[in-house]
Amino acid sequence: MAIELNAYIEGIGLLGPGFTDWPSSRAILCGLQPYQPSKTVIPAPELLPAAERRRASDIVKLTLATSLEAIAAAGLQQENLPSVFSFSNGDGINCHSICEMLASDDRQISPTRFHNSVHNAAAGYWSIATKNMATSSVLCAFDASFGAGLLDALTQVVVDKTRCILMASDTPYPEPIFSKRPISDNCGIALMFTPQADSKAIARIKVSITNDEADQFDDTGLEALRIAFPAARGLPLLQAIAQQNNRRVVLDYLDNTRLAIEVSPC
Amino acid sequence: MKPTFNPLFISHFTATSCIGQGLQQTLDALRQGKQALKPCDFETVDLNTLIGEVAGVDAVKMPADMADYNCRNNRLAKLGLEQDGFNDAVNMAAEKYGRDRVGVFIGTSTSGIFETELAFRHREPVTGALSADFIYSKTQNTYSVADFTRQYFKLTGPAVVVSSACSSSAKVFSVARRMLETGLIDAAVVGGIDTLCLTTLYGFNSLDLLSTQACRPYDTARDGISIGEAAAFALLEKVPASLPANGVLLLGIGESSDAYHMSSPHPEGLGARIAMQQALQSAGLTPSDIDYINLHGTATPSNDAAEAKAVTAVFGSNTPPCSSSKGATGHTLGAAGAVEAVICALALQHGFIPAGLNTSEIDPLLNLNYQLKNSNQSLNRVMSNSFGFGGTNCSLIFGLAQNERHGSWQSN
Repeated sequence: MAIELNAYIEGIGLLGPGFTDWPSSRAILCGLQPYQPSKTVIPAPELLPAAERRRASDIVKLTLATSLEAIAAAGLQQENLPSVFSFSNGDGINCHSICEMLASDDRQISPTRFHNSVHNAAAGYWSIATKNMATSSVLCAFDASFGAGLLDALTQVVVDKTRCILMASDTPYPEPIFSKRPISDNCGIALMFTPQADSKAIARIKVSITNDEADQFDDTGLEALRIAFPAARGLPLLQAIAQQNNRRVVLDYLDNTRLAIEVSPC
Repeated sequence: MKPTFNPLFISHFTATSCIGQGLQQTLDALRQGKQALKPCDFETVDLNTLIGEVAGVDAVKMPADMADYNCRNNRLAKLGLEQDGFNDAVNMAAEKYGRDRVGVFIGTSTSGIFETELAFRHREPVTGALSADFIYSKTQNTYSVADFTRQYFKLTGPAVVVSSACSSSAKVFSVARRMLETGLIDAAVVGGIDTLCLTTLYGFNSLDLLSTQACRPYDTARDGISIGEAAAFALLEKVPASLPANGVLLLGIGESSDAYHMSSPHPEGLGARIAMQQALQSAGLTPSDIDYINLHGTATPSNDAAEAKAVTAVFGSNTPPCSSSKGATGHTLGAAGAVEAVICALALQHGFIPAGLNTSEIDPLLNLNYQLKNSNQSLNRVMSNSFGFGGTNCSLIFGLAQNERHGSWQSN
């Protein structure tokens, strides 16, 4: 007997081109307002001390912003919360700077550049900012990063019977890597999962693996966004939640391996 | 104490590092105290340090239909997968369970960044563009080595890379374990691969964390790490009805975050302590059940001091025998968790505690039972610690099948 991948979603955070937060995004995803792409604006990370706030890179600020929105919506404190970070690239600007320096005559990269180069740098800053000593999974699955993060978060919920927050974040590289990995802006989704229904729960989901075709958006702008950002592969799930209907959505994951999600409103 | 963790069977495992390709060479090297760290002559690197380089990585040929994956990290992964019949074991598992029922969970910190470092030296002079044959997705991207492994075996199940610096390939056991527990998969290829590159060599140098000698974990005069590279793999399955007596089980996992500093451990080792305590709790064990601890033991002043405090806090002043294998292999960073899991498995199967190399005077402030000589004694359960930048901690507990009560295993 397998364990079903059931969870309740009790908080959502969303930031991306044309999306400033979850409440204002619902009408767009439901088709009640037109989708108008615009450059992502990341709010200042209030949790970080002033000096850190100025230095913090986009991936840190993006991940803090989406996660804090989801945590606040769930009415939770951020301490002691197991977490899954799924980054399709990592910190592109920092990576570029290191590669440029290592190709120069002076290879003495700075200590800060180096410790920011680890894929889990944003997870480290996040745990410090949120005083969170619980476990974190820091993942990458290239374009499948949203699905990979979703699966890992759901297995924590059902196996370890714990709350878990998923943060999927994409940030761009500058040229020349940009031409090889053309992610043009910042885009992030955070989802707060819990094993039991409570007053904050907004949707129940059940996830399974399928070979069915992935859902696409009818709106060409939204569909372009879904294709352009690995985190945005999760937007059809957010649309189903916004619609507040019982619906089955299929998300892209790896090749022909996709994720079917039965969504029910709470 | 009742375990909260259903054990998993490590049906096959293998490791390739500077001390040897495959299990026999690795075991022989550990028994002989082989010193394989050498003065750094990697590529154009000009640093006064030692490295643990795997011989022959550049000679590895990618499969014909996987040329796009060609980079040092994936070449080392292929070399590692083809030792000890590990590739045959994965293929047999795929045939037994189905190619969609075998997951791939690999830890790496470097991925194929070395390829990008080289590509940046050969940018198009006018536009600055990278050359057409640089393929980001198959080399540099952090997922590359899990993608390579999945495609190498033509698997179609779940796959992901865990990249949390030097805990990466310890934490893959946790991701795989949860996935197995749900029944989404029946077997998991877990592993760790990290390769030498300029980013880690010059990066650790910038933090003054590279030793100019072969690293000396837990020595009074320890002064930094020696960077190594490695590929290590394990095949995880649910515990079958009958097990070989010397089969190795994964019994417990503990994980935590320091929430303290990006590149320094919590000075009291608080996160490390939580990880070890959780690992014991999950396995339903007490500290006295652990017969050997394979320490993280990087040989930086702060890591070993913090880890020693954490071990003493959990195990008391009379700790089990402890050693760090990084004096032999170097610090293989994202591969260290998997390499040291394999060393733990060898220690269990061969009743053997490997000495910590290079250490001559154990730091009296670090009150551990640190082993400077190899010893032969039967081991039932051992612990392996892996900690990393960003304050990420993971402790794993392994045991011999003959000692475990299988009644505690709940078959789904």
